[in-house]
Amino acid sequence: MSITKASSTTDIEKIASIAHGIRHRVLEHTVKNNGGYLSQACSSAEILACLYTNLVNLKALAAPLEPRDFVNVPSKNFTDYVTGAEFHGEKGPDLDRLFISPAHYALVIYAALIETGRLTEKSLEKFNKDGTTVEMIGAEHSPGFETTTGSLAQAISQAGGVALARKLRGETGKTWIFMSDGEFQEGQTWEALSAISFHKLNNVRVIVDVNRNQVDGPMEKVMSIEPLIDRIKNFGWDVEKIDGNDINQILKACSTGYDKPKAILGYTDPAKGIEILKDRPDALHYVRFASPFEKIKYNNFLKAWK
Amino acid sequence: MAYEIVKRPHVENFVRWSKFKPKVVVLSADLTSSCEVGKFRDTFPDRFFSFGLGEQNMLGFAGGLAREGFEPWIHTFAVFIYRRPLDQLEMSVAYPNLPVRMVGFLPGITTPGGVTHQAIDDVNVLRGIPNMTILETGDATEVESVLEVAHKIDGPVYIRMLRGEISRIFPKNELMQFNTARVLSTGTDVTILSSGISTEEALRAIPALKEHGVSVQHLHISTLKPFTDPQVIESLKSNKHGVITMENHSVIGGLGSAVADLMAEHGIGKKLIKIGLKDTYAHGASQKYLLQKYGMSARNLIEATEKLIDKNLQITEDELSLTRVIDVHSTAKAEAL
Repeated sequence: MSITKASSTTDIEKIASIAHGIRHRVLEHTVKNNGGYLSQACSSAEILACLYTNLVNLKALAAPLEPRDFVNVPSKNFTDYVTGAEFHGEKGPDLDRLFISPAHYALVIYAALIETGRLTEKSLEKFNKDGTTVEMIGAEHSPGFETTTGSLAQAISQAGGVALARKLRGETGKTWIFMSDGEFQEGQTWEALSAISFHKLNNVRVIVDVNRNQVDGPMEKVMSIEPLIDRIKNFGWDVEKIDGNDINQILKACSTGYDKPKAILGYTDPAKGIEILKDRPDALHYVRFASPFEKIKYNNFLKAWK
Repeated sequence: MAYEIVKRPHVENFVRWSKFKPKVVVLSADLTSSCEVGKFRDTFPDRFFSFGLGEQNMLGFAGGLAREGFEPWIHTFAVFIYRRPLDQLEMSVAYPNLPVRMVGFLPGITTPGGVTHQAIDDVNVLRGIPNMTILETGDATEVESVLEVAHKIDGPVYIRMLRGEISRIFPKNELMQFNTARVLSTGTDVTILSSGISTEEALRAIPALKEHGVSVQHLHISTLKPFTDPQVIESLKSNKHGVITMENHSVIGGLGSAVADLMAEHGIGKKLIKIGLKDTYAHGASQKYLLQKYGMSARNLIEATEKLIDKNLQITEDELSLTRVIDVHSTAKAEAL
């Protein structure tokens, strides 16, 4: 069962404003720190804004949470370990779960959590600072994370296990996985797509930021994964290909009930909203300013941006 | 010594043991009967999950199920747990310290399946992984009682498991105890520590050594990590001539290395001879042949002892207890591997 809140014009405006807020926060941070995962904010802002508002049925928080200081990694001797899923609210059988797979999107995830009232605004000051959980590559103690997926393509299998457990317990909530397109180069992703389909886990939703870029440059030059929609369909999934920067299309594609697991492929623009990124093609994975002039250019863009 | 031979003890024992443990689920990668869980699948089909040839994904699913309160028992060949899906084992299971039980069959040279099927460096690889517990079975009693030992551990457990026709060396009611060696004989000249199938091989030689006047301290090890048993430390100190380790594994990173660490940490300045695969892969052949070919047999234990005590004992082949020759085509195995 998939019941998504009906989207009104006000909803769309609200989501658009959150998406803008995500981009703005990440740009601000990138300029301040002379680097950041900026293009990921551009490509995924609408998808994340939709997930954290209308799509994923998460329990609301009374107030935004402070990120915890890092204490220790999980072990037999450290039983007080708390995952970053606390920022997704208390779990419940009828509530959804959201797993973030590309852990290098952490800055973007933190920005999305701030924009949706789950993480305190000043948390980004702790980003990549020693002794905090607001890490550069999210681990499972980092806000919004529940698994440790810096080694890509591992979230879908772990979330598959969670979805299977929930099905065995008769829970009605869905399990969502936010993925990046590069992960479809990993063999494990295809093993997981097979297994989720084979075990009839129709409580699984995968939504992909298909921004067609990876560390070495455009995916078509590194290792093409197309035609992605046909490939996933042939693994027994319902798949829809949409414009991943179009809020209406995202909400519509995610709004119906399904017999099969469903993947939504959001084709996105990695320079969306910050068009000056187009001046540095093939180098979008991590934006580090090549010269003081480039930094000034981005700073001027930020100042002029409302 | 002639031991009772038990055929496929895991088949019935696992079904019996898990019957009233509804959280215990089995994950299998197309080696279900080969790993003696065909009966579990048929008895509890709702608790059995097939993943085909996809171990990386299976390790992730196991992590997810464990996070939700289930106790996944992965059954496959050992090589397919620690080689191909090592990253998944580390990031999806070991890092979050999840109670996933990884039952690895065909440890070391127990299979004629050759290099692809022989787990000769698994203990080495997995001992370095934080949060891991490593157990090894040496006979039918341990195959039966390892389940409860693993079940009680809060975290991931890797088990070097035996299958098919297995000797019962230890009395059925003397169960495996966590991080506790079995003292098989006490003596003062040399200390021998053996694990897994190497214990049965060591027990072929030790009566002859004693007969020739060597006083032997012999411990059987079934917990390889943690490795902090005070009995072990004591036995490393209390010998005149030194220590011999004997394992069905590379001499790098396994039991021998764990013992070397302990000796150095406790300032025990004795000689150590490590019997095992000497930094080499093996190949496909029978267990008896491979033990001889790679210097892991009862004869090699006698030679190591002679070296430590600096004496030729003149022990003949006849004085060694008979080797149990395991039939490659035994009906107790699903295939000839």
